[in-house]
Amino acid sequence: MKIHEYQGKEILRHFGVATPKGTPCFSADEAVEAARALGGSLWVVKAQIHAGGRGKGGGVKVAKSLDEVRAAAQAIMGMHLMTHQTGPSGQVVRRLLIEEGAAIAKEFYTGMVIDRSRQRVALLASSEGGMEIEEVAAKTPERIHTVWIDPATGLKDEEAEAVARAIGVPDEALAQARAVLQGLYRAFVEKDAMLAEINPLVLTADNRVLALDAKFNFDGNALFRHPEIVAYRDLDEEDPAEIEASKFELSYISLDGDIGCLVNGAGLAMATMDIIKLYGGSPANFLDVGGGASKEKVTEAFKLMLKNDKLRAILVNIFGGIMKCDVIAEGVVAAAREVHLTVPLVVRLEGTNVDLGKRILVESGLPIISGNDMADAAEKVVQAARKGS
Amino acid sequence: MSILIDKNTRVITQGMTGKVGQFHTQACKEYANGAECFVAGVNPKKAGASFEGIPVYASVREAREQTGATVSVIYVPPAGAAAAIDEAVDAELDLVICITEGIPVHDMLKTRYKMQGRKTLLIGPNCPGLITPDEIKIGIMPGHIHKKGRIGVVSRSGTLTYEAVGQLTALGLGQSSCVGIGGDPINGMKHLDVMKLFNDDPETDAVIMVGEIGGSDEEACARWIKDNMEKPVVGFIAGITAPPGKRMGHAGAIISGGEGGAEAKLAVMEECGIHITRNPAEMGRVMQKVLKGG
Repeated sequence: MKIHEYQGKEILRHFGVATPKGTPCFSADEAVEAARALGGSLWVVKAQIHAGGRGKGGGVKVAKSLDEVRAAAQAIMGMHLMTHQTGPSGQVVRRLLIEEGAAIAKEFYTGMVIDRSRQRVALLASSEGGMEIEEVAAKTPERIHTVWIDPATGLKDEEAEAVARAIGVPDEALAQARAVLQGLYRAFVEKDAMLAEINPLVLTADNRVLALDAKFNFDGNALFRHPEIVAYRDLDEEDPAEIEASKFELSYISLDGDIGCLVNGAGLAMATMDIIKLYGGSPANFLDVGGGASKEKVTEAFKLMLKNDKLRAILVNIFGGIMKCDVIAEGVVAAAREVHLTVPLVVRLEGTNVDLGKRILVESGLPIISGNDMADAAEKVVQAARKGS
Repeated sequence: MSILIDKNTRVITQGMTGKVGQFHTQACKEYANGAECFVAGVNPKKAGASFEGIPVYASVREAREQTGATVSVIYVPPAGAAAAIDEAVDAELDLVICITEGIPVHDMLKTRYKMQGRKTLLIGPNCPGLITPDEIKIGIMPGHIHKKGRIGVVSRSGTLTYEAVGQLTALGLGQSSCVGIGGDPINGMKHLDVMKLFNDDPETDAVIMVGEIGGSDEEACARWIKDNMEKPVVGFIAGITAPPGKRMGHAGAIISGGEGGAEAKLAVMEECGIHITRNPAEMGRVMQKVLKGG
């Protein structure tokens, strides 16, 4: 689960990481008021959306007067901010962060990830502040310094200082940098984060170390023990179809194509998308109904897929293990009746109670196209989608 | 022969008395030699009780001491599942199979840290388990789609493993053992660990390796295969069409920072001599062709 920059900074401050003073705002008037209250003569107006690359997309502006704050806030609020992470339609800006400006002497990158192969939390740091870490990794990998943190000791003083020194933090700011890195690690572990980034971390002209940005992604499986993180959730930043799906414990992701897929199991669901593509079609979604789908869940899954105007055909691909094919067949028939299906439906059933499931489909009298195996079903659904378009 | 488990394996079920545990314990007990294999359950609150004739003990250690079991399977809900693994490791079992889906990643990091230097092997979490056809099934896979034979299967997915097995069985190609290693980013045995066991198993002739986007375990396995594997391997990677940055159902199935993409994995696998297919419906047929020397 992702959160906004200003929320991430709240978390960081709680763990002793210094940030510029700032206020989240929901209108240009609030932005001006916030700037006035912050004082000073330099402010930064920052769009709050969950995607990165906001600066390049025009979502971050520096203001030198309250009038400029107003102008910047008016320009950014409500804009469709397009970055490399938002997709071509961009993301509407509904929140701003107004911060005091800082005189920056140096910029750094710090981040934390879970290293799957070493099974450790890894601290990444680089002298190339403000740049995407992927880009640095590709062009100048020697500038990335990594520490794999021992969970028994946490990030040790000497490890934190060595990394800070390696990326060019001067001696007089080392203690501050150490506090930032150790605070980031504690936040990462205690809040069950999967990814955290401070990019850039800056050294100001008066030798303060500040987190100028904050990006967090939390483990959805651990949210049950973090109501304070769940409270940060901003549904405006999420795909409505994916929100709807999560209510019914369906795993759903919208894609660009026109063939809806309803599958049990994540691996098989991906493989189903792949085979549709291989046979010349294009999947409209990823949808895993999970191991214990009920009739109701299947019906909701159909409703979700049918909300997509582009949809030209549906493929149901079920390999019944725990899930029995007759239960799925009943769900499919009930759903097809309830939603008045207008696009061709191809169903492939395999596994537990497959014969019973197939009989239920045939006896329903509905125009369901039966797929004998995965390849046959994929071919048929691609053909059906072409005819329908 | 087979890998990891056979008809002589004795199994403790952690979380046997819950709804999921009951359902699958019954199915496992009914499969092949299951009635002999599943000898104990664990629940500190229900010690002394029994389910389907299987006695319930207060702890894994006690269950091991009383029954001589060396393997456990875990159906404990996510919040307590990592602690259940820890308990099995402390009881010095040989193998733990964790079926539970949805364990927090940081819990698994701590558990894997504690497992360093210990003898216990872990399969999963978030996996279907493993099966040696006609001998023993430990986990949630449908037993009837399997057929005893000489092909090994190792996979990160559940139903996609069934798909591979179903294709093999339909072509008359039986399986020696099928191992679902699970879809989580932090797990126990990897493709590579299972591949080594298949390589050493005299009753396995060839292996199907099913991977998916995310991480670099398939690449690591492929490089080992290139230098060491004495048997043919057929490979498929799910997620060629998956968009970057999105978690595709499995917590581990995400392309991040340009890494973990399906095409890159397939390229490394092909380079390392694995017979890859981009068509998930062709895994069985590619294996058949390879075995015929085609």
